[in-house]
Amino acid sequence: MTFAVLSGFLAAVVVPFLPRFGRYGTGRTVALVPAALTAYFGSYIQPVGAGETFRTSYAWAPALRVEFSLHLDGLGLLFALLVSGIGALVAIYAGGYLSGHRHLGRFYGFLLFFMASMLGVVLADNMLTLFVFWELTSLTSYLLIGFDHEREESRKAAWQALLVTGGGGLALLAGLLMLGEAAGTMELSELASRGGDVRSHALYLPILLLILLGAFTKSAQFPFHFWLPSAMEAPAPVSAYLHSATMVKAGVYLLARLSPAMAGTDAWWYLVTLGGTATMVCGAYLALCGTDLKRILAYSTVSALGVLVMLLGMGSVLAAQAAMVFLLAHALYKGALFMVAGAVDHETGSRDVDRLGGLWRAMPVTAAAAVLAALSMAGIAPFFGFLGKEMLLEASLESGGRWFLLPVVVLAGAVFVAVACMAGFRVFFGSSLPTPKQPHEAPLSLWLGPLLASAVGLALGLFASYAAAWIVSPAATAILGERTGHQPLKLALWHGLTPALALSGGSILLGLLVYANRGRILQMNRRLEVLLRHGPAWWYDLALGGLNRFALAQTRLLQTGYLRHYLLVIFAATVGLSGYVLIGSVELPARLLGPEIRFHEAALAGLLLLAALAAVRSSTRLAAVAALGVVGYGVALVFILYGAPDLAMTQFAIETLTVILLVLVLYRLPRYAVLSSRWVRIRDAAFALVTGATVTALVLAAVHGPAYESVSRYYAERSFAEAHGRNIVNVILVDFRALDTLGEITVLAVAAVGVHALLKLRPKNREDAA
Amino acid sequence: METLLAFVIGGLYASAVYLMLRRSLVKLVIGLALLSHGANLLIFTIGGLTRTRAPIIAEGDLVPAPPFADPLPQALILTAIVISFGVTAFAVVLLQRTYQAVGSDDLDRMKTTDT
Amino acid sequence: MTTVILRTAARYLLPLMLLFSVFLVLRGHHEPGGGFVGGLVASSSVILYALASGVRDAAHLLRTDPRMLIGAGLLLALASGLLSFFGGQPFMTGQWVSLVLPGMGEIHVGTPLVFDVGVYLVVLGTVLTIILSLLEQ
Repeated sequence: MTFAVLSGFLAAVVVPFLPRFGRYGTGRTVALVPAALTAYFGSYIQPVGAGETFRTSYAWAPALRVEFSLHLDGLGLLFALLVSGIGALVAIYAGGYLSGHRHLGRFYGFLLFFMASMLGVVLADNMLTLFVFWELTSLTSYLLIGFDHEREESRKAAWQALLVTGGGGLALLAGLLMLGEAAGTMELSELASRGGDVRSHALYLPILLLILLGAFTKSAQFPFHFWLPSAMEAPAPVSAYLHSATMVKAGVYLLARLSPAMAGTDAWWYLVTLGGTATMVCGAYLALCGTDLKRILAYSTVSALGVLVMLLGMGSVLAAQAAMVFLLAHALYKGALFMVAGAVDHETGSRDVDRLGGLWRAMPVTAAAAVLAALSMAGIAPFFGFLGKEMLLEASLESGGRWFLLPVVVLAGAVFVAVACMAGFRVFFGSSLPTPKQPHEAPLSLWLGPLLASAVGLALGLFASYAAAWIVSPAATAILGERTGHQPLKLALWHGLTPALALSGGSILLGLLVYANRGRILQMNRRLEVLLRHGPAWWYDLALGGLNRFALAQTRLLQTGYLRHYLLVIFAATVGLSGYVLIGSVELPARLLGPEIRFHEAALAGLLLLAALAAVRSSTRLAAVAALGVVGYGVALVFILYGAPDLAMTQFAIETLTVILLVLVLYRLPRYAVLSSRWVRIRDAAFALVTGATVTALVLAAVHGPAYESVSRYYAERSFAEAHGRNIVNVILVDFRALDTLGEITVLAVAAVGVHALLKLRPKNREDAA
Repeated sequence: METLLAFVIGGLYASAVYLMLRRSLVKLVIGLALLSHGANLLIFTIGGLTRTRAPIIAEGDLVPAPPFADPLPQALILTAIVISFGVTAFAVVLLQRTYQAVGSDDLDRMKTTDT
Repeated sequence: MTTVILRTAARYLLPLMLLFSVFLVLRGHHEPGGGFVGGLVASSSVILYALASGVRDAAHLLRTDPRMLIGAGLLLALASGLLSFFGGQPFMTGQWVSLVLPGMGEIHVGTPLVFDVGVYLVVLGTVLTIILSLLEQ
């Protein structure tokens, strides 16, 4: 299983080089990877349907409870099949859609990288493993939306999607860590049985809010829905794959996955159900008002995601089952419709539903795929979408007291019908309209994907009982956790005359009515537009602009460009912070110059102080360098006096070299000059004295304060016994802490290379300018 | 002696800070060198001073006979001394090249010079 | 600066100081010394020679660019740490062998010693790169 997830990453590295070996058939070659994965996951249908689960785990950072662990159960399997199956179709499709594109190889690399990340999300068991893959999907989504990186809208949309989902990801990380703390485990498979602990935990509400923030941004829930329509700047295969069938469902997946542990509280019900409902309504309305085929589909995707979230919020057995049926149906028909929209765009040069018509004559196969998908979307028997819609209605009917859900759901169903009419019928039937390009049938690669996807939608509907038993039921069981009881799902096209069936029929009629009156809705929308201008996207722009202005202002304030201002701030902060701690904690020793001080020690201290003063006061460079040398040799004497022969030797050698160095450069340096005014010099002197006094106080506090046991004892005991060295300082340098030393000699090497570069490598023209 | 050295370290820091706040680049470099001396002494003193006995195990012994100077601060300082040479050298050469390119060692004039 | 006395002295001092620097590295594990000090002493000797007889002569004496010494030293230090991988031990675990030399008794030779030689070469190369570049101006 680990290899299955990681194989996508491997393939993503190889694939970009494929186009060099042959122009044709790249799409089909690449599709082999997801197709093989589909077959692989398909082999798990039998055992998982029988109730088995599979888990593998590798230690990553066990002390932090981070493992690389994967877990396959019904829910994961359903998603894995969707990700790999639709991935195969999209790979073939992309080969036709972007055929001849000079970055096709790169595109495939991104696509497979995404697929592998998404598989990681739905199969991860450890929450941090999940988070890593989750962020990888955001990243690949960014790369794919911005694939046409030469267009500004593309870049802007990619950036927006990344900021929104990435921001949500940060919240999610915090939420997951807190959840892991509350539950006492980071493994999702163990989380299900700790629901009681989680729901009664004091931090339940913050955890829920943070996780919902992550899930809602990823799944484009209101008020974060705005990034998804913008993301339609991406090429059609990306919209079909990431932004309808798979990635945007990651948030839904997460909610489903966490349901056993977190669902069932009032907070969950209100936040999730109402969030989903708001999204559903908002997306449905905006879908009706669009004219761009892809945008219409994007808004209807937002609406469908709202439906899924709403169902997960309800928390009943029926709702969970409905969610899985609806999810499967939606992924199939929406993926197909997006691919159709791309094919239409590709062949006619337009995506405006009001300017397209009668295309079935020119593009019969594409039209067939579109009609099949649209029928499923509209919820017509015997398509799988019919079952999804009926179960949705039944779940809403069942929710009893919360009656207001039902009319909203019926209305959303009606909008789905209207959108299906626009995407599946309006474009292909009626009178032909002139298009920028002469329409003709799309190549095989462009219609195979959508046709297969919608055909699977039809097949699942016809063999609904098998789909229910083998795919949907195990998934729903995983969502419900302990609460499932044993209520196996039975799906059938005909249940008899039930209220749900009547409502379903009603919503179809209502949908046709809405579609017929589309012109009036558009007119009304124009009047409402003033109000809608200040939507979430407007706030997003405002916040982003504000952030940029704030960054600019604080940079101007803090980055003055004067070195001494930075130094002042650094020293002032050090003095302020350590001084604050030191005040009151320093007890000056009773006798500053105790009897233990010997004459030569006092003389040495005096010499050091005088030399430092001389370095400050000297008026020539040479005097300053000489004073500096005296300080250096004085320090070396201190090392000799206090048992540090190694240091003394090093210090003497370095001091000599430093003096040579300074003398060599000195002739080339400017003369000493007094550049600051008298007042500034007095101010700096006062500041320097305060800094010096603080450091003195710090040393006194450290020396006379409580003594802590040094690790040196450890080194002293083992120096000879284990490291075969009698000079402990040297043993520390070359054995105990050799890694540090390795870093330090690397720094030396870098400094030498820097000096060499500064002195030897001069561009010719600079030489002249100097 | 610790007390006395505390004042020496304070004096080194004060001189270093004052020099580093000057507009002249040369003084900045001298200040930097003084600061590294101060920092080395600071670590050395805080580690505790022991007269005469170096942290070296005598021939025939397995562990050093106490009291001996703390070897850890010494190991820290030893590399710091050598690295401060590298840093000083780099700073000095950078200063020299800057002076050649800009024709001034006044930091305030370099702020706007785009050469 | 270049006088006959200095030139002559430098010529005789150079081998002595180089020998002393090697001695410092080798005894550094037991007595004061080690790669850092050794490298500094060695570079001082070369610099003294360069001051006396000119950079060109000193560079000729080295036979190699001092930057090569830096690279060689870094590689040597790194390699001494990698050796422990062959025994399945963590990076930089010290490896020791005992050698019995006639007349000198038993001595331990180990990777930390090799590491110290790497330090010696890096320090030597760094100081020489810096000072010789400056002298050349």
